[in-house]
Amino acid sequence: MKFDGYSTDGFHDELFFKDGTPRPEARALVERIEALSEGELARRHQAAERALLRMGITFNVYGEEPSSERIFPFDIIPRIVPSDEWALIERGLQQRIRALNHFIDDVYHAQRIVADGVVPAEVVASSQGFRSQCVGLDPPGGIWCHITGTDLVRDRDGTIYVLEDNLRCPSGVSYVLENRAVMKQTFPKVFEGLAVRPVGDYPGRLLRMLEEVAPRRAGQVSVAVLTPGVYNAAYFEHSFLAQQMGVELVEGRDLVVADGLLRMRTTHGLEPIDVLYRRIDDDFLDPTCFRPDSALGVPGLMDVYRAGGLTLVNAPGTGVADDKVVYAYVPEMIRYYLDEEAILPNVPTYLCWRESDRRYVLDHLDQLVVKAANESGGYGMLIGPHASDAERQDFATRITADPRNYIAQPTLALSRMPTRVDNGFEGRHVDLRPYILYGNEPFVLPGGLTRVALRKGSLVVNSSQGGGSKDTWVLG
Amino acid sequence: MLSRVAESVYWMSRSIERAENVARVVGVNLKLEIDLSGLAQEQWDPMVQVSGGHSDFQKRYDAATRANVIEFLTFDRKNPNSVASCVASARENARTVREMISSEMWGEINDFYLTVTALDARERALRDAADFFQQVQRTSHLIEGTKNETMEHGEAWHFSQLGRYIERADQTSRILDVKYFLLLPSASDVGNPVDDLQWSALLRSTSGFEAYRRTFGLVSRESVVAFLLFDRQFPRSVHHCVARAQTSLHAVTGTPLRRFQNQAEQQLGRLVSELDYSDASEVIGRGLHEFIDGLQGRFNQVGDAITASFFSLT
Repeated sequence: MKFDGYSTDGFHDELFFKDGTPRPEARALVERIEALSEGELARRHQAAERALLRMGITFNVYGEEPSSERIFPFDIIPRIVPSDEWALIERGLQQRIRALNHFIDDVYHAQRIVADGVVPAEVVASSQGFRSQCVGLDPPGGIWCHITGTDLVRDRDGTIYVLEDNLRCPSGVSYVLENRAVMKQTFPKVFEGLAVRPVGDYPGRLLRMLEEVAPRRAGQVSVAVLTPGVYNAAYFEHSFLAQQMGVELVEGRDLVVADGLLRMRTTHGLEPIDVLYRRIDDDFLDPTCFRPDSALGVPGLMDVYRAGGLTLVNAPGTGVADDKVVYAYVPEMIRYYLDEEAILPNVPTYLCWRESDRRYVLDHLDQLVVKAANESGGYGMLIGPHASDAERQDFATRITADPRNYIAQPTLALSRMPTRVDNGFEGRHVDLRPYILYGNEPFVLPGGLTRVALRKGSLVVNSSQGGGSKDTWVLG
Repeated sequence: MLSRVAESVYWMSRSIERAENVARVVGVNLKLEIDLSGLAQEQWDPMVQVSGGHSDFQKRYDAATRANVIEFLTFDRKNPNSVASCVASARENARTVREMISSEMWGEINDFYLTVTALDARERALRDAADFFQQVQRTSHLIEGTKNETMEHGEAWHFSQLGRYIERADQTSRILDVKYFLLLPSASDVGNPVDDLQWSALLRSTSGFEAYRRTFGLVSRESVVAFLLFDRQFPRSVHHCVARAQTSLHAVTGTPLRRFQNQAEQQLGRLVSELDYSDASEVIGRGLHEFIDGLQGRFNQVGDAITASFFSLT
């Protein structure tokens, strides 16, 4: 199936130059896809979707019959990242995660960065992810953010920016692994001779990292994944990771604190857990410490944690750095803690609590993207150029009422990629979420989740807002 | 392993086995329908009787016609024991334990669910009934085979076996009970071709006809009862099932056979010994239907004891 007539429309395209010739790293891929007939491509696309359905990689469409489960839309044209570009991304992310970890540790101890006037005290104190219960805590090895998913975007001129850091419970890595498995099954020939770096060792790396951060007491380390349960949207991922690591998948009702340790109810009595990879928010971990009305958590869990009898991954309180205002200070954090310049730049960010920034934002709402500081998943967001007057007016009111909660960024012309639409290829905007594990050393998985905005012209890639995904090939 | 997970694995396997056996029960009649055409009227009511849903059926359906009974036993989601309900429940259980079962096994269970709930499933079941219900059985076997070949034979596997065999013992007893509800044209017909064909259909729907022939030869009531209740080697006989269930139960606990450390071992052990020392003529003398009724009560007790011993730890 040919790419004839495919146009980059003036955007940066991940596979093609502006003149329509494939980039060097994409040449072999483009040739192989062009060698497939349209019917064969369609057949394989269907086979890929069937495989995803069979593996139950689905989400429920609420309000319909139980049989109306849908797979997350998957596009068969992979993104290709050449090895030199990946090396830059890898170094940039390792640097960033070290700085962020320093920052979180500092926030819950001496707050040197505040005392030295680099980050304002009110920014830290007003971050919704700040947990006073975590002040003075020392997680094993000093690691707070063990697992991070950082969103990267590329602008029209080709520059890669960090859009946001997801430091709480980033999801999506299971799609990275399953997308690759499905691609290998349905398009084995397309991979030949391309030296695509494997991603399948992620669960093994994750397990090793979890064992590295175990409390010192542990001999044989007992690891478990904590899920809110089968009705959670990310349940597939929770069970997938537990299965691939060969560890227990537990729910709050399986757990109890006894004899100073966190334990699970088994067919042979209560057995201890050393490391808990929890996929629930801080607030629901322990009703005696955080939200008293939470039915999900385990009373006393935080006491065990504080006494060093348990490692929580990520550490509670890590969300303080997930705030979009705190984000704006990451380049300064890198300078402050590491004495280095940021390798990957931030998107220029206007902080609405600063009066001059706010005035600029309110005057330029038709050009900016406005985001609520503590929202994720594409919610609480205004894309100025695409919004109506009423929507812009609504955001102007919200910003004036609560300036601390809003930031604004220029509307980037996100890069695009050919995506299969009806019976041809059209350009669609994409981002990239690589995953970083931080145990003894930061490790960046060579690949990541390429999310694609399937609606024509849309810049929103979130799966809850009509986004799909693609396999991501990092070349060796 | 986690108590919650053990319980889900146990019920996952019970539900799949139940779905398979509902298909077998319907299969009895599909076979009789052909064999008896011209000799006797087809009867669909017994299939509902042995499924245990008779009063529910009477409330919601006007007559025990072929279409109604197939709907009730196969697709009716209000009937908790219909094939579709069992498969949906098996899949829900599998979903909560998919980190414990192999990916291959989950794929088969999920496929099973997608097949049974497909939009054209109902139409297929009415049009090519024999084919559809055979597919249900085959899929159940595929899941069982995939489980045995891809899952480690550890504790989760033993809980699955336990569920599978307890359910199968119960279901085989129900299939045997079909004969109690199947009417003969007249009492003097005992031993005539219709009677014979009915017993043969029971054997066939347990996949046991050929094994029976090799062991017992001609079809007789006493021999069929001996075969389906007491045969040691036939994998669907009640004795074989409870013995296998007992093996798995003791593999979980490590208690030597003939000893017990919990209610489940006690109840199941008692049942196995009783079956060890009973025979068909004794059972028929006491009344086959009454014996089966008692047996089903015992299976429920064993089930309750398993729950108390392993799943409801506080």
